[in-house]
Amino acid sequence: MMMQIVNTLKNENKLHPPLTNNSSEESALTGKDHFEVKVENLQFFYGRKQALFDINIEAQEKGVTALIGPSGCGKTTFLRVLNRMNDLVTDTHLEGRVCIQGRDIYDPATDVVELRKRVGMVFQQPNPFPKSIFDNIAYGPRIHGEKNKNRLSEIVEKSLQGAALWDEVKDRLYDPALSLSGGQQQRLCIARVLAVQPKILLMDEPTSAVDPIATQRIEDLVRELCRDYTIIIVTHNMQQAARISDYTGFFLQGELIEWGETSRIFTRPRDQRTEDYITGRFG
Amino acid sequence: MNRNKNISSVREWKGAELAGCWLLRFSLILVLFILGFIIYDLVSKGLEVINWEFLSDSPRVGMTEGGILPAIIGTFYVTLITIAFAVPFGVAAAIYLNEYAVQGRITRLVRMALRNLAGVPSIVFGLFGMAVFVKLFGFGPSLIAAGFTLGLLTLPVTVTAAEEALSTVPRSYREGSFALGATRWQVVRTVVLPRAMPGILTGTILGLARAAGETAPILATGAAFFLPYLPDSVFSQFMALPYHLFIMSTQHHDIAAVRPIAYGTALVLVVLVFFLNLVAVVLRRRFRSRAAKGL
Repeated sequence: MMMQIVNTLKNENKLHPPLTNNSSEESALTGKDHFEVKVENLQFFYGRKQALFDINIEAQEKGVTALIGPSGCGKTTFLRVLNRMNDLVTDTHLEGRVCIQGRDIYDPATDVVELRKRVGMVFQQPNPFPKSIFDNIAYGPRIHGEKNKNRLSEIVEKSLQGAALWDEVKDRLYDPALSLSGGQQQRLCIARVLAVQPKILLMDEPTSAVDPIATQRIEDLVRELCRDYTIIIVTHNMQQAARISDYTGFFLQGELIEWGETSRIFTRPRDQRTEDYITGRFG
Repeated sequence: MNRNKNISSVREWKGAELAGCWLLRFSLILVLFILGFIIYDLVSKGLEVINWEFLSDSPRVGMTEGGILPAIIGTFYVTLITIAFAVPFGVAAAIYLNEYAVQGRITRLVRMALRNLAGVPSIVFGLFGMAVFVKLFGFGPSLIAAGFTLGLLTLPVTVTAAEEALSTVPRSYREGSFALGATRWQVVRTVVLPRAMPGILTGTILGLARAAGETAPILATGAAFFLPYLPDSVFSQFMALPYHLFIMSTQHHDIAAVRPIAYGTALVLVVLVFFLNLVAVVLRRRFRSRAAKGL
Protein backbone atom coordinates (compact mmCIF):
# COMPACT_ATOMS: atom_id res chain seq x y z
CA MET A 1 0.00 0.00 0.00
CA MET A 2 2.83 2.28 0.92
CA MET A 3 4.54 1.63 -2.38
CA GLN A 4 1.44 2.63 -4.25
CA ILE A 5 1.37 5.98 -2.57
CA VAL A 6 5.04 6.47 -3.24
CA ASN A 7 4.49 5.67 -6.86
CA THR A 8 1.65 8.09 -7.27
CA LEU A 9 3.75 10.76 -5.63
CA LYS A 10 6.62 10.03 -7.95
CA ASN A 11 4.47 10.22 -11.03
CA GLU A 12 3.12 13.55 -9.99
CA ASN A 13 6.55 14.81 -9.31
CA LYS A 14 7.64 14.15 -12.85
CA LEU A 15 5.16 16.71 -14.08
CA HIS A 16 6.88 19.37 -11.98
CA PRO A 17 10.56 18.65 -12.01
CA PRO A 18 12.37 20.26 -9.05
CA LEU A 19 14.37 23.36 -9.78
CA THR A 20 17.52 22.95 -7.74
CA ASN A 21 20.46 20.95 -8.92
CA ASN A 22 21.40 19.13 -5.75
CA SER A 23 18.73 16.62 -6.54
CA SER A 24 20.85 15.12 -9.28
CA GLU A 25 23.49 14.34 -6.71
CA GLU A 26 20.74 12.92 -4.55
CA SER A 27 19.44 10.57 -7.17
CA ALA A 28 22.98 9.48 -7.88
CA LEU A 29 23.47 8.62 -4.24
CA THR A 30 20.16 6.98 -3.52
CA GLY A 31 19.22 5.77 -6.92
CA LYS A 32 15.74 7.14 -6.31
CA ASP A 33 13.79 10.10 -7.42
CA HIS A 34 13.90 13.53 -5.90
CA PHE A 35 13.15 13.05 -2.26
CA GLU A 36 14.34 15.82 0.01
CA VAL A 37 13.62 13.71 3.05
CA LYS A 38 13.60 9.96 3.06
CA VAL A 39 13.23 7.97 6.24
CA GLU A 40 13.60 4.20 6.26
CA ASN A 41 12.79 1.84 9.12
CA LEU A 42 13.41 4.48 11.77
CA GLN A 43 13.30 3.29 15.36
CA PHE A 44 13.90 5.88 18.05
CA PHE A 45 14.59 5.36 21.73
CA TYR A 46 14.67 7.51 24.86
CA GLY A 47 16.88 5.34 27.02
CA ARG A 48 15.28 1.92 26.80
CA LYS A 49 11.85 3.27 25.95
CA GLN A 50 11.05 3.12 22.28
CA ALA A 51 9.28 6.26 21.06
CA LEU A 52 9.12 5.69 17.30
CA PHE A 53 8.43 2.37 15.62
CA ASP A 54 9.56 1.56 12.13
CA ILE A 55 8.81 4.89 10.47
CA ASN A 56 8.96 5.04 6.68
CA ILE A 57 8.15 8.32 5.01
CA GLU A 58 9.33 10.44 2.15
CA ALA A 59 8.91 14.08 1.31
CA GLN A 60 9.65 15.65 -2.01
CA GLU A 61 11.27 18.96 -2.59
CA LYS A 62 8.94 21.90 -1.91
CA GLY A 63 5.43 21.57 -0.62
CA VAL A 64 4.04 21.03 2.84
CA THR A 65 3.88 17.76 4.70
CA ALA A 66 1.75 17.89 7.82
CA LEU A 67 2.16 15.45 10.69
CA ILE A 68 -0.96 14.97 12.77
CA GLY A 69 -1.83 12.79 15.71
CA PRO A 70 -2.76 12.96 19.38
CA SER A 71 -0.36 14.38 21.98
CA GLY A 72 2.57 12.17 22.84
CA CYS A 73 2.31 10.17 19.63
CA GLY A 74 5.87 10.96 18.57
CA LYS A 75 5.35 13.62 15.91
CA THR A 76 7.58 16.15 17.64
CA THR A 77 10.20 13.51 18.36
CA PHE A 78 10.12 12.59 14.69
CA LEU A 79 10.51 16.21 13.64
CA ARG A 80 13.50 16.61 15.92
CA VAL A 81 15.11 13.55 14.38
CA LEU A 82 15.31 15.43 11.08
CA ASN A 83 17.67 18.16 12.30
CA ARG A 84 19.25 16.06 15.03
CA MET A 85 17.90 18.22 17.83
CA ASN A 86 17.44 15.01 19.77
CA ASP A 87 21.22 14.84 20.01
CA LEU A 88 20.84 17.42 22.76
CA VAL A 89 18.77 15.02 24.83
CA THR A 90 20.99 12.62 26.73
CA ASP A 91 20.57 8.90 26.35
CA THR A 92 18.72 8.75 23.04
CA HIS A 93 19.53 6.59 20.07
CA LEU A 94 18.01 5.48 16.82
CA GLU A 95 18.15 2.78 14.19
CA GLY A 96 17.33 2.95 10.51
CA ARG A 97 18.19 5.53 7.89
CA VAL A 98 17.32 9.21 7.72
CA CYS A 99 18.38 10.77 4.44
CA ILE A 100 18.13 14.44 3.70
CA GLN A 101 18.99 15.57 0.20
CA GLY A 102 20.36 12.13 -0.39
CA ARG A 103 22.75 12.02 2.53
CA ASP A 104 22.32 9.89 5.63
CA ILE A 105 22.33 12.54 8.36
CA TYR A 106 23.18 10.02 11.06
CA ASP A 107 26.32 9.01 9.24
CA PRO A 108 29.27 9.67 11.58
CA ALA A 109 30.77 11.99 8.97
CA THR A 110 27.77 14.32 9.08
CA ASP A 111 28.50 17.91 10.05
CA VAL A 112 25.61 18.61 12.41
CA VAL A 113 26.12 22.38 12.27
CA GLU A 114 25.91 22.30 8.50
CA LEU A 115 22.86 20.02 8.68
CA ARG A 116 21.01 22.43 10.95
CA LYS A 117 21.79 25.25 8.54
CA ARG A 118 20.08 23.28 5.78
CA VAL A 119 17.23 22.11 7.97
CA GLY A 120 15.78 25.03 9.90
CA MET A 121 13.36 24.71 12.78
CA VAL A 122 10.53 26.81 14.18
CA PHE A 123 9.39 25.92 17.66
CA GLN A 124 6.04 25.67 19.36
CA GLN A 125 6.65 28.66 21.61
CA PRO A 126 8.03 31.70 19.80
CA ASN A 127 11.58 31.92 21.14
CA PRO A 128 13.21 35.13 19.95
CA PHE A 129 16.49 35.90 21.70
CA PRO A 130 16.44 38.81 24.15
CA LYS A 131 18.09 41.00 21.54
CA SER A 132 16.85 43.53 19.01
CA ILE A 133 14.77 42.49 16.00
CA PHE A 134 17.77 43.13 13.76
CA ASP A 135 20.14 41.12 15.92
CA ASN A 136 17.72 38.21 16.05
CA ILE A 137 17.61 37.93 12.28
CA ALA A 138 21.31 38.62 11.87
CA TYR A 139 22.14 36.03 14.53
CA GLY A 140 22.35 33.06 12.16
CA PRO A 141 24.40 34.76 9.44
CA ARG A 142 26.70 36.21 12.10
CA ILE A 143 27.50 32.90 13.75
CA HIS A 144 28.20 31.54 10.30
CA GLY A 145 30.77 34.25 9.76
CA GLU A 146 28.98 37.11 7.98
CA LYS A 147 30.41 40.40 9.28
CA ASN A 148 29.68 42.82 6.45
CA LYS A 149 27.09 45.31 7.70
CA ASN A 150 25.52 45.95 4.31
CA ARG A 151 25.21 42.26 3.60
CA LEU A 152 23.64 41.72 7.02
CA SER A 153 21.12 44.53 6.50
CA GLU A 154 20.25 43.03 3.17
CA ILE A 155 19.72 39.58 4.69
CA VAL A 156 17.63 41.01 7.51
CA GLU A 157 15.36 42.88 5.09
CA LYS A 158 14.98 39.92 2.76
CA SER A 159 14.29 37.48 5.59
CA LEU A 160 11.72 39.75 7.21
CA GLN A 161 10.03 40.22 3.85
CA GLY A 162 10.10 36.47 3.38
CA ALA A 163 8.30 36.06 6.69
CA ALA A 164 5.81 38.83 5.86
CA LEU A 165 6.96 40.91 8.79
CA TRP A 166 9.02 43.61 7.12
CA ASP A 167 6.26 46.19 6.78
CA GLU A 168 5.36 45.88 10.44
CA VAL A 169 8.86 46.26 11.84
CA LYS A 170 10.93 48.14 9.28
CA ASP A 171 10.79 51.33 11.35
CA ARG A 172 11.83 49.68 14.58
CA LEU A 173 14.46 47.14 13.73
CA TYR A 174 16.43 48.01 16.84
CA ASP A 175 13.55 47.53 19.26
CA PRO A 176 13.67 44.45 21.47
CA ALA A 177 12.23 41.42 19.69
CA LEU A 178 10.32 40.62 22.86
CA SER A 179 8.29 43.82 22.44
CA LEU A 180 6.54 42.23 19.46
CA SER A 181 3.22 40.42 19.80
CA GLY A 182 3.22 36.63 20.03
CA GLY A 183 2.26 36.17 16.39
CA GLN A 184 4.87 38.67 15.24
CA GLN A 185 7.45 36.91 17.40
CA GLN A 186 6.65 33.62 15.69
CA ARG A 187 7.06 35.20 12.25
CA LEU A 188 10.29 36.74 13.50
CA CYS A 189 11.46 33.24 14.39
CA ILE A 190 10.55 32.11 10.90
CA ALA A 191 12.49 35.06 9.46
CA ARG A 192 15.42 34.16 11.69
CA VAL A 193 15.47 30.69 10.19
CA LEU A 194 15.13 32.01 6.62
CA ALA A 195 18.20 34.17 7.21
CA VAL A 196 20.48 31.12 7.22
CA GLN A 197 19.00 30.01 3.87
CA PRO A 198 17.78 26.54 4.71
CA LYS A 199 16.31 24.12 2.20
CA ILE A 200 13.91 22.48 4.60
CA LEU A 201 11.77 24.05 7.31
CA LEU A 202 10.60 22.03 10.27
CA MET A 203 7.74 23.59 12.19
CA ASP A 204 6.62 22.23 15.52
CA GLU A 205 3.04 23.38 16.11
CA PRO A 206 4.03 26.94 15.17
CA THR A 207 0.54 28.32 15.73
CA SER A 208 -0.37 26.64 18.98
CA ALA A 209 0.76 29.60 21.08
CA VAL A 210 -0.70 32.43 18.99
CA ASP A 211 -4.19 33.84 18.49
CA PRO A 212 -6.48 32.96 15.54
CA ILE A 213 -5.61 36.03 13.46
CA ALA A 214 -1.90 35.41 13.87
CA THR A 215 -2.54 31.75 13.08
CA GLN A 216 -4.17 32.76 9.83
CA ARG A 217 -1.17 34.89 8.87
CA ILE A 218 1.27 32.13 9.67
CA GLU A 219 -0.78 29.64 7.65
CA ASP A 220 -0.78 32.02 4.69
CA LEU A 221 2.95 32.38 5.15
CA VAL A 222 3.45 28.62 5.14
CA ARG A 223 1.57 28.39 1.83
CA GLU A 224 3.75 31.19 0.49
CA LEU A 225 7.01 29.64 1.71
CA CYS A 226 6.32 26.16 0.39
CA ARG A 227 7.01 27.39 -3.13
CA ASP A 228 10.66 27.72 -2.16
CA TYR A 229 11.09 25.43 0.80
CA THR A 230 10.26 21.90 1.77
CA ILE A 231 8.11 22.30 4.86
CA ILE A 232 7.31 19.65 7.42
CA ILE A 233 4.85 20.87 9.97
CA VAL A 234 3.59 19.22 13.13
CA THR A 235 0.11 20.28 14.07
CA HIS A 236 -2.51 19.09 16.49
CA ASN A 237 -5.09 20.92 14.46
CA MET A 238 -6.56 18.72 11.73
CA GLN A 239 -8.28 21.59 9.96
CA GLN A 240 -4.95 23.30 9.75
CA ALA A 241 -3.37 20.22 8.22
CA ALA A 242 -6.22 20.03 5.73
CA ARG A 243 -5.89 23.73 4.86
CA ILE A 244 -2.18 24.07 4.36
CA SER A 245 -0.59 20.74 3.54
CA ASP A 246 -0.08 18.78 0.36
CA TYR A 247 0.73 15.57 2.20
CA THR A 248 -0.36 14.38 5.60
CA GLY A 249 1.04 11.71 7.87
CA PHE A 250 -0.90 10.33 10.83
CA PHE A 251 1.06 9.28 13.90
CA LEU A 252 -0.34 7.14 16.68
CA GLN A 253 1.61 5.81 19.65
CA GLY A 254 4.94 6.14 17.90
CA GLU A 255 3.81 4.59 14.65
CA LEU A 256 3.21 6.30 11.37
CA ILE A 257 -0.19 4.76 10.66
CA GLU A 258 -0.71 6.23 7.25
CA TRP A 259 0.54 8.98 5.01
CA GLY A 260 -0.29 10.31 1.59
CA GLU A 261 -1.86 13.21 -0.22
CA THR A 262 -3.81 15.34 2.17
CA SER A 263 -6.98 15.29 0.11
CA ARG A 264 -6.89 11.52 0.04
CA ILE A 265 -6.10 11.10 3.75
CA PHE A 266 -8.98 13.32 4.72
CA THR A 267 -11.52 11.87 2.29
CA ARG A 268 -10.54 8.25 1.87
CA PRO A 269 -8.31 7.16 4.74
CA ARG A 270 -7.19 3.57 4.31
CA ASP A 271 -6.71 2.75 7.95
CA GLN A 272 -9.59 2.55 10.36
CA ARG A 273 -7.57 4.37 13.04
CA THR A 274 -6.89 7.29 10.73
CA GLU A 275 -10.57 7.53 9.97
CA ASP A 276 -11.43 7.37 13.66
CA TYR A 277 -9.00 10.15 14.45
CA ILE A 278 -10.01 12.39 11.59
CA THR A 279 -13.68 11.99 12.32
CA GLY A 280 -12.99 12.89 15.92
CA ARG A 281 -13.67 9.55 17.56
CA PHE A 282 -10.56 9.92 19.73
CA GLY A 283 -7.64 12.24 20.29
CA MET B 1 -23.43 18.52 67.85
CA ASN B 2 -20.92 17.26 65.42
CA ARG B 3 -20.82 20.62 63.77
CA ASN B 4 -20.14 22.46 66.98
CA LYS B 5 -17.32 20.14 67.76
CA ASN B 6 -15.80 20.81 64.39
CA ILE B 7 -15.99 24.53 64.83
CA SER B 8 -14.30 24.44 68.21
CA SER B 9 -11.49 22.26 66.87
CA VAL B 10 -11.00 24.73 64.05
CA ARG B 11 -10.80 27.47 66.62
CA GLU B 12 -8.19 25.56 68.61
CA TRP B 13 -6.21 24.96 65.50
CA LYS B 14 -6.46 28.63 64.75
CA GLY B 15 -4.99 29.39 68.15
CA ALA B 16 -2.06 27.09 67.45
CA GLU B 17 -1.69 28.72 64.07
CA LEU B 18 -1.57 32.12 65.69
CA ALA B 19 1.02 30.98 68.24
CA GLY B 20 3.11 29.50 65.44
CA CYS B 21 2.91 32.71 63.51
CA TRP B 22 4.14 34.64 66.56
CA LEU B 23 6.98 32.19 67.04
CA LEU B 24 8.09 32.78 63.45
CA ARG B 25 7.72 36.51 63.86
CA PHE B 26 9.71 36.46 67.07
CA SER B 27 12.54 34.52 65.37
CA LEU B 28 12.75 37.16 62.68
CA ILE B 29 12.73 39.96 65.24
CA LEU B 30 15.52 38.23 67.15
CA VAL B 31 17.66 37.96 64.03
CA LEU B 32 17.07 41.60 63.16
CA PHE B 33 17.79 42.62 66.75
CA ILE B 34 21.16 40.85 66.76
CA LEU B 35 22.11 42.45 63.46
CA GLY B 36 20.90 45.83 64.68
CA PHE B 37 22.82 45.49 67.92
CA ILE B 38 26.08 44.63 66.15
CA ILE B 39 25.70 47.57 63.79
CA TYR B 40 24.76 49.93 66.61
CA ASP B 41 27.74 48.82 68.69
CA LEU B 42 30.11 49.20 65.75
CA VAL B 43 28.84 52.57 64.62
CA SER B 44 28.55 54.10 68.08
CA LYS B 45 32.08 53.15 69.06
CA GLY B 46 33.82 53.08 65.70
CA LEU B 47 32.49 56.21 64.05
CA GLU B 48 34.29 58.61 66.40
CA VAL B 49 37.77 57.43 65.38
CA ILE B 50 37.05 57.52 61.69
CA ASN B 51 38.32 60.61 59.98
CA TRP B 52 40.50 61.38 57.00
CA GLU B 53 43.70 60.70 58.91
CA PHE B 54 42.43 57.29 60.04
CA LEU B 55 41.77 56.29 56.44
CA SER B 56 44.89 57.80 54.88
CA ASP B 57 47.67 57.28 57.42
CA SER B 58 49.77 54.33 58.51
CA PRO B 59 49.71 53.03 62.07
CA ARG B 60 52.15 54.93 64.25
CA VAL B 61 53.64 54.72 67.74
CA GLY B 62 53.43 50.97 68.13
CA MET B 63 50.06 50.95 66.36
CA THR B 64 48.43 52.98 69.10
CA GLU B 65 47.97 55.97 66.84
CA GLY B 66 47.63 56.77 63.16
CA GLY B 67 45.40 55.09 60.62
CA ILE B 68 44.78 51.86 58.81
CA LEU B 69 45.62 52.77 55.21
CA PRO B 70 47.99 49.80 54.66
CA ALA B 71 45.29 47.41 55.80
CA ILE B 72 42.72 48.96 53.45
CA ILE B 73 45.16 48.85 50.54
CA GLY B 74 46.22 45.30 51.39
CA THR B 75 42.64 44.05 51.51
CA PHE B 76 41.94 45.82 48.21
CA TYR B 77 44.94 44.22 46.48
CA VAL B 78 44.33 40.76 47.85
CA THR B 79 40.70 40.96 46.75
CA LEU B 80 41.81 41.89 43.22
CA ILE B 81 44.02 38.80 43.09
CA THR B 82 41.17 36.71 44.45
CA ILE B 83 38.96 37.99 41.60
CA ALA B 84 41.63 37.31 38.99
CA PHE B 85 41.97 33.77 40.30
CA ALA B 86 38.45 32.72 41.23
CA VAL B 87 36.29 34.36 38.56
CA PRO B 88 37.81 32.93 35.37
CA PHE B 89 38.28 29.45 36.81
CA GLY B 90 34.93 29.46 38.58
CA VAL B 91 32.95 30.61 35.56
CA ALA B 92 34.80 28.28 33.21
CA ALA B 93 34.20 25.32 35.51
CA ALA B 94 30.52 26.23 35.80
CA ILE B 95 30.19 26.49 32.02
CA TYR B 96 31.76 23.10 31.59
CA LEU B 97 29.65 21.53 34.29
CA ASN B 98 26.38 22.98 33.06
CA GLU B 99 26.81 23.19 29.28
CA TYR B 100 29.31 20.54 28.25
CA ALA B 101 29.43 17.72 30.76
CA VAL B 102 27.08 14.80 30.20
CA GLN B 103 24.69 15.02 33.12
CA GLY B 104 24.70 11.93 35.27
CA ARG B 105 26.22 10.32 38.32
CA ILE B 106 29.58 11.99 37.90
CA THR B 107 28.19 15.52 37.59
CA ARG B 108 26.04 14.91 40.65
CA LEU B 109 29.13 13.76 42.50
CA VAL B 110 31.04 16.86 41.40
CA ARG B 111 28.26 19.14 42.59
CA MET B 112 28.17 17.37 45.93
CA ALA B 113 31.94 17.74 46.24
CA LEU B 114 31.62 21.46 45.49
CA ARG B 115 29.01 21.94 48.18
CA ASN B 116 31.24 20.14 50.65
CA LEU B 117 34.24 22.18 49.57
CA ALA B 118 32.25 25.32 50.32
CA GLY B 119 31.79 24.01 53.85
CA VAL B 120 35.46 23.33 54.55
CA PRO B 121 36.61 25.59 57.43
CA SER B 122 38.62 28.55 56.22
CA ILE B 123 41.59 27.76 58.47
CA VAL B 124 41.99 24.51 56.53
CA PHE B 125 42.18 26.53 53.33
CA GLY B 126 44.72 28.77 55.04
CA LEU B 127 47.00 25.90 55.97
CA PHE B 128 46.57 24.34 52.53
CA GLY B 129 47.53 27.67 50.97
CA MET B 130 50.60 27.86 53.14
CA ALA B 131 51.69 24.35 52.22
CA VAL B 132 51.05 24.77 48.49
CA PHE B 133 51.47 28.42 47.51
CA VAL B 134 53.88 29.64 50.17
CA LYS B 135 56.10 26.56 50.42
CA LEU B 136 55.63 24.29 47.39
CA PHE B 137 55.32 27.05 44.77
CA GLY B 138 57.82 29.15 46.70
CA PHE B 139 55.77 32.34 46.61
CA GLY B 140 56.61 32.94 50.27
CA PRO B 141 54.13 34.78 52.47
CA SER B 142 52.76 37.21 49.90
CA LEU B 143 49.76 38.91 48.30
CA ILE B 144 49.68 36.31 45.56
CA ALA B 145 49.74 33.33 47.96
CA ALA B 146 46.98 34.87 50.09
CA GLY B 147 44.97 35.92 47.02
CA PHE B 148 45.14 32.42 45.54
CA THR B 149 44.16 30.91 48.88
CA LEU B 150 41.14 33.20 49.14
CA GLY B 151 40.45 32.37 45.51
CA LEU B 152 40.31 28.67 46.34
CA LEU B 153 38.02 29.45 49.23
CA THR B 154 35.69 31.42 46.92
CA LEU B 155 35.78 28.97 44.02
CA PRO B 156 33.03 26.61 45.19
CA VAL B 157 30.74 29.56 45.85
CA THR B 158 31.54 31.08 42.46
CA VAL B 159 31.06 27.82 40.59
CA THR B 160 27.78 27.09 42.33
CA ALA B 161 26.42 30.61 41.82
CA ALA B 162 27.53 30.71 38.19
CA GLU B 163 26.05 27.31 37.49
CA GLU B 164 22.79 28.32 39.05
CA ALA B 165 22.71 31.41 36.85
CA LEU B 166 23.49 29.33 33.75
CA SER B 167 20.80 26.81 34.53
CA THR B 168 18.12 29.50 34.71
CA VAL B 169 18.67 30.43 31.06
CA PRO B 170 15.59 29.04 29.29
CA ARG B 171 16.16 25.93 27.23
CA SER B 172 14.27 27.52 24.36
CA TYR B 173 17.09 30.04 23.82
CA ARG B 174 19.65 27.27 23.59
CA GLU B 175 17.48 25.24 21.24
CA GLY B 176 16.75 28.25 19.06
CA SER B 177 20.45 28.87 18.73
CA PHE B 178 21.41 25.25 18.12
CA ALA B 179 18.67 24.96 15.50
CA LEU B 180 20.27 27.81 13.56
CA GLY B 181 23.46 25.79 13.33
CA ALA B 182 25.39 27.30 16.22
CA THR B 183 28.19 25.31 17.77
CA ARG B 184 28.04 24.68 21.48
CA TRP B 185 30.53 27.41 22.22
CA GLN B 186 28.60 29.88 20.05
CA VAL B 187 25.44 29.03 21.95
CA VAL B 188 27.23 29.64 25.24
CA ARG B 189 28.93 32.85 24.14
CA THR B 190 26.09 34.54 22.29
CA VAL B 191 22.97 33.39 24.12
CA VAL B 192 23.66 31.72 27.44
CA LEU B 193 26.42 33.89 28.92
CA PRO B 194 24.84 37.29 28.22
CA ARG B 195 21.67 36.06 29.83
CA ALA B 196 23.42 34.47 32.83
CA MET B 197 25.88 37.31 33.41
CA PRO B 198 23.87 39.19 36.05
CA GLY B 199 23.49 36.06 38.16
CA ILE B 200 27.14 35.17 37.73
CA LEU B 201 28.25 38.67 38.72
CA THR B 202 25.99 38.82 41.75
CA GLY B 203 27.03 35.40 42.99
CA THR B 204 30.68 36.18 42.45
CA ILE B 205 30.53 39.49 44.29
CA LEU B 206 28.78 37.88 47.23
CA GLY B 207 31.52 35.25 47.32
CA LEU B 208 34.17 37.96 47.22
CA ALA B 209 32.51 39.90 49.98
CA ARG B 210 32.88 36.85 52.14
CA ALA B 211 36.51 36.32 51.10
CA ALA B 212 37.41 39.96 51.79
CA GLY B 213 36.43 39.54 55.42
CA GLU B 214 38.23 36.24 56.00
CA THR B 215 41.12 36.13 58.46
CA ALA B 216 42.21 32.54 58.78
CA PRO B 217 43.20 31.92 55.15
CA ILE B 218 45.51 34.96 55.04
CA LEU B 219 46.94 34.41 58.49
CA ALA B 220 49.41 31.82 57.31
CA THR B 221 49.84 32.95 53.71
CA GLY B 222 50.96 36.55 53.73
CA ALA B 223 49.18 38.93 56.08
CA ALA B 224 51.62 40.81 58.27
CA PHE B 225 51.33 42.08 61.83
CA PHE B 226 52.76 45.45 60.93
CA LEU B 227 54.56 46.81 57.88
CA PRO B 228 56.12 50.23 57.63
CA TYR B 229 55.60 50.29 53.85
CA LEU B 230 52.86 49.49 51.32
CA PRO B 231 53.13 46.33 49.21
CA ASP B 232 54.99 47.02 45.96
CA SER B 233 54.62 43.68 44.18
CA VAL B 234 52.45 40.58 44.30
CA PHE B 235 55.23 38.92 46.25
CA SER B 236 55.13 41.48 49.07
CA GLN B 237 53.61 40.77 52.42
CA PHE B 238 50.67 42.98 53.27
CA MET B 239 48.41 44.17 56.05
CA ALA B 240 44.72 43.39 55.78
CA LEU B 241 41.63 44.71 57.56
CA PRO B 242 40.36 41.46 59.10
CA TYR B 243 43.82 40.47 60.31
CA HIS B 244 44.52 43.96 61.62
CA LEU B 245 41.25 43.78 63.54
CA PHE B 246 42.26 40.41 64.98
CA ILE B 247 45.60 41.81 66.14
CA MET B 248 44.14 44.94 67.62
CA SER B 249 41.62 42.96 69.60
CA THR B 250 43.77 40.06 70.81
CA GLN B 251 47.48 40.39 70.07
CA HIS B 252 48.36 43.99 70.82
CA HIS B 253 50.41 44.76 73.93
CA ASP B 254 47.90 47.36 75.07
CA ILE B 255 44.52 46.13 73.91
CA ALA B 256 42.52 48.56 76.01
CA ALA B 257 44.31 51.56 74.48
CA VAL B 258 43.76 50.49 70.89
CA ARG B 259 40.14 49.43 71.35
CA PRO B 260 38.79 52.49 69.47
CA ILE B 261 41.12 51.72 66.56
CA ALA B 262 39.81 48.15 66.54
CA TYR B 263 36.24 49.44 66.43
CA GLY B 264 37.12 51.81 63.61
CA THR B 265 38.76 48.99 61.67
CA ALA B 266 35.75 46.74 62.17
CA LEU B 267 33.41 49.47 60.94
CA VAL B 268 35.50 50.09 57.82
CA LEU B 269 35.56 46.36 57.09
CA VAL B 270 31.81 46.00 57.54
CA VAL B 271 31.16 49.05 55.37
CA LEU B 272 33.44 47.60 52.69
CA VAL B 273 31.61 44.26 52.70
CA PHE B 274 28.28 46.07 52.78
CA PHE B 275 29.41 48.15 49.81
CA LEU B 276 30.31 45.00 47.83
CA ASN B 277 26.88 43.56 48.57
CA LEU B 278 25.30 46.83 47.51
CA VAL B 279 27.15 46.68 44.21
CA ALA B 280 25.77 43.17 43.72
CA VAL B 281 22.23 44.36 44.40
CA VAL B 282 22.53 47.37 42.09
CA LEU B 283 24.00 45.27 39.30
CA ARG B 284 21.23 42.74 39.63
CA ARG B 285 18.63 45.51 39.48
CA ARG B 286 20.19 47.06 36.40
CA PHE B 287 20.38 43.75 34.57
CA ARG B 288 16.83 42.89 35.58
CA SER B 289 15.39 46.08 34.21
CA ARG B 290 17.38 45.52 31.04
CA ALA B 291 16.06 41.98 30.81
CA ALA B 292 12.53 43.27 31.36
CA LYS B 293 13.03 45.50 28.32
CA GLY B 294 14.18 42.41 26.42
CA LEU B 295 17.69 43.52 25.55
